[in-house]
Amino acid sequence: MMLMWDLCTNALDTAKLRGASYGDVRAIHLRQRDLTTKNGQVGTLALSESVGVGIRVLASGAWGFASTDRLTRDGVAACAAQAVSIAKASALANRRNVVLAPERAYVDSWQSPFRKDPFEIPLGTQLALLLAADGEMRKVKGVTLTETNMQFRKIDSWFASSIGSRIHQRKVISGCGIGATSFQGEEIQKRSYPNSFGGQHALEGYELVESLELLKHARVIAEEAAALHAAAQCPEKFGTLILAGNQLGLQIHESIGHPIELDRVLGQEANFAGTSFLTLDQLNKLKYASSIVNVVADARLDHGPGLGTFAYDDEGVPAQCTDIIKDGKFRGYLSNRETAHFIGLERSSGTMRAESWNRLPIIRMTNVSLLPGTWDYDDLISDTGDGILMDTNRSWSIDDRRYQFQFSTEIAWEIKGGKKVRMLKNPSYSGITTEFWNSCDAICKFDHWTLWGTPNCGKGQPMQTMGTGHGAAPARFRNIRIGTAFSKQ
Amino acid sequence: MTIAPSAPKKFSKKKLEHAELLPQRDLRGIVETVLRLAKSTVASETEVHVDEVADALTRFANNGIHQNVFEHSLTVSVRTVTGGRTARATTNRLDEDSLRGTIEASLSLAHSEPRDARLLPMPGRQRYRTVDRFVKATAALRPEERARAVRLACDLASKKGQAAAGIFSSGQSQTTVGNSRGLFATYRETHSQFSITMQEDPAASWAKADSADVREIHPQKLAERASKKAHLALKTLELAPGRYTVILEPAAVLDLVGFLFYDFAATAVEDKRSCLNNRMGKQLFAKNISISDDVYHPLQKGAPFDGEGMPRQRVLLVDGGVPKNLVYSRASAKIARQRPTGHGFALPNEYGEAPMNLVIGGGDSSVEKMVASTDRGLLVTRLWYIREVDPYEKVMTGMTRDGLFLIENGTLTRAVRNFRFNQSLIEMLNHVERMSPAVRATGEESFEMVVPAMKIGNFHFSEVTKF
Repeated sequence: MMLMWDLCTNALDTAKLRGASYGDVRAIHLRQRDLTTKNGQVGTLALSESVGVGIRVLASGAWGFASTDRLTRDGVAACAAQAVSIAKASALANRRNVVLAPERAYVDSWQSPFRKDPFEIPLGTQLALLLAADGEMRKVKGVTLTETNMQFRKIDSWFASSIGSRIHQRKVISGCGIGATSFQGEEIQKRSYPNSFGGQHALEGYELVESLELLKHARVIAEEAAALHAAAQCPEKFGTLILAGNQLGLQIHESIGHPIELDRVLGQEANFAGTSFLTLDQLNKLKYASSIVNVVADARLDHGPGLGTFAYDDEGVPAQCTDIIKDGKFRGYLSNRETAHFIGLERSSGTMRAESWNRLPIIRMTNVSLLPGTWDYDDLISDTGDGILMDTNRSWSIDDRRYQFQFSTEIAWEIKGGKKVRMLKNPSYSGITTEFWNSCDAICKFDHWTLWGTPNCGKGQPMQTMGTGHGAAPARFRNIRIGTAFSKQ
Repeated sequence: MTIAPSAPKKFSKKKLEHAELLPQRDLRGIVETVLRLAKSTVASETEVHVDEVADALTRFANNGIHQNVFEHSLTVSVRTVTGGRTARATTNRLDEDSLRGTIEASLSLAHSEPRDARLLPMPGRQRYRTVDRFVKATAALRPEERARAVRLACDLASKKGQAAAGIFSSGQSQTTVGNSRGLFATYRETHSQFSITMQEDPAASWAKADSADVREIHPQKLAERASKKAHLALKTLELAPGRYTVILEPAAVLDLVGFLFYDFAATAVEDKRSCLNNRMGKQLFAKNISISDDVYHPLQKGAPFDGEGMPRQRVLLVDGGVPKNLVYSRASAKIARQRPTGHGFALPNEYGEAPMNLVIGGGDSSVEKMVASTDRGLLVTRLWYIREVDPYEKVMTGMTRDGLFLIENGTLTRAVRNFRFNQSLIEMLNHVERMSPAVRATGEESFEMVVPAMKIGNFHFSEVTKF
């Protein structure tokens, strides 16, 4: 660890000598284990590590960033010098000098809590569980493809800045999932557990995998995948929609999490990720949602072990909880030290995150969560006379200002007279963001609330993939357009 | 953690300032070092990948540079085989202890899994066609040069009362594969991209180019094109969703059809997750559709070998609308009793292979001629957030973005509010009425391809958004 701090200090000293007015350094050591199976055979079996430093500097009022995996004094000094050269080049086309919101210096060390280090669990044990779940799914007639996966990451980061911060953080992240696919006639159907696209991921140890009981759910989802072929087509209509927590998590991500990113609002992502309908004049005025909807961006451990949980962000700002939607009103953005003043804040909300040492920190979601409501799940179903319950995402898409979206899910259930009466296939729904959230009339209570992990959020150029957290409990929405994805009109 | 205070001199001779890659003899040296170290282990076979990247990207928004980055990385990835089992471990530390540790990690992983009866011996020495896509002018491009080009584009935007946002990137990369059976393959290339969005509130438009040779990128022309279209898009008309004749510019074509091509993997067909299951050899698309995968095409890029070091072959995927061939790794080729085509991913993996160098045969039309031939239709600049709705009928959803224009009586008349589409690619490729010659195109949703612009009938827009 001493060597990492030495390299950080060396980088900051070089940057200052070359003319930087501010600098910060992230040295990162990432270890990752990936395991997959397919149709009873081991698919991927890989271990990787990556270590390097990223150096961000301000010089001539503009930003420069350089990164290297050449971890020698000379290598890091050359990298720091290059960051300053790049910043001076940036100044050739700089619109206004960068001004950073004040922040204290912190000297700290933090480790995310976990009970079982996944890297200490024998690989044989992990593979045996995946192969058992895979085998259980393959027992079901009609299943044509079975897949399972586990992923574990251990990330050590050393952050040092020219204002005197020295912060070490260690995070342990685990994730796993299973899926069964059935091809029959002219149709492919799939079911996943506990979520699609890699399952559930969290800032936890191997205890996450054990708690999810993959083996117990394998047979159920395999049977559902095969049964979907005979299920009725989801109708096309306007009606009542109940979203399961795993789908609602992604709905929050796309229609609340992204539009509140202040870099996007200010046009910095206009070329790629897009902009946002949440222009600055909407703050504290827009009725984003119905009055029962409360959304926070909370990076603190108190919120839970999410993929957006940390002690400090990647510009050395402590984790915070920010109100995003309070009693239905739009209350806050995700900001950083550079943009906080655009919305009258004296301090960043602490959302700068970088994928690894070779990427620049940018504004990212932390844990953007819908706070629990008051409903018991069974009461919600029995209170719904006529509706459709949709579960587990299959596809997602939203326009580049985050107004119009369309989601489809793997499975749905028709609700009649307060009871789930039959399975529906090819479900989908669509809408306009604010109209959708204003139609929310019931949210389940904390007993049904899960902090879902989205491990694959892409943003930035060059592209960065980041994990984000989204707490959600099942919720009900009225008068929603259903079934458009499969409409032939 | 323990990191060597300095890397072995053998691999650290040069400094970083000019973003140079290691000499190729040094890459070979790393491969030979790993193979030598592996000889003293229980590995019966060893494969080594060495990948090095030096990339720079200047990012601008609101008519100024706001991000400007450089990265250098070099990774060594080792796959060992022991007792009919194989696994991979990867590091970016080059000292011998780390390389030895990576070999041991790979063996440790392999020991934990069941024996794989289908595992093939590694391939021996191969012959490769030479492709030259390394352009010194691109490798030498400096941040000041990118900044000056960006400033000119931003000046144009300011003059027009617009806001420019985009990127100008340049870089170089090299990849090497070697194994204990004597296979050795190496390749290096340069790359550059300029992408620009011009915003004239509430409108925006976009243009982008990609080339191994930065001298073929013309930032100012791209800025002018995006600027003109953004101005044209200022006032939009809301049209009802429905079926329209569309003219897709090349970037829109590639971003959409890019989602089709993983279905051409033999492993995807074997797994029954391909839309080509039970459809090979049938008239699936219109007769004017022919598609090949051809890494040797003069407008293509990429290494002439795959993840196992097998030479890539040109493969005719679709001939006259009929899916004729799939691409194969060595493993999937053996199962299907075919010859490997050199499209496999690095092992071990569950996906097998994919075509990555697509060339779609074009026609003799042009976007201008297509517009002139259209009584009523829509010109689509770019598509966005495309996702698969139905994997067998290949229904894709997504949005139009940055310039959707109404065509009436052969003329662009005005801009139109953006639509959501839900469109089967199979159906779409049965309604292609005209095509331009194929060009190297680049988008944001799929990898670069050589594709034409297309005029397509009966394209399904399902909903409209607010802008």
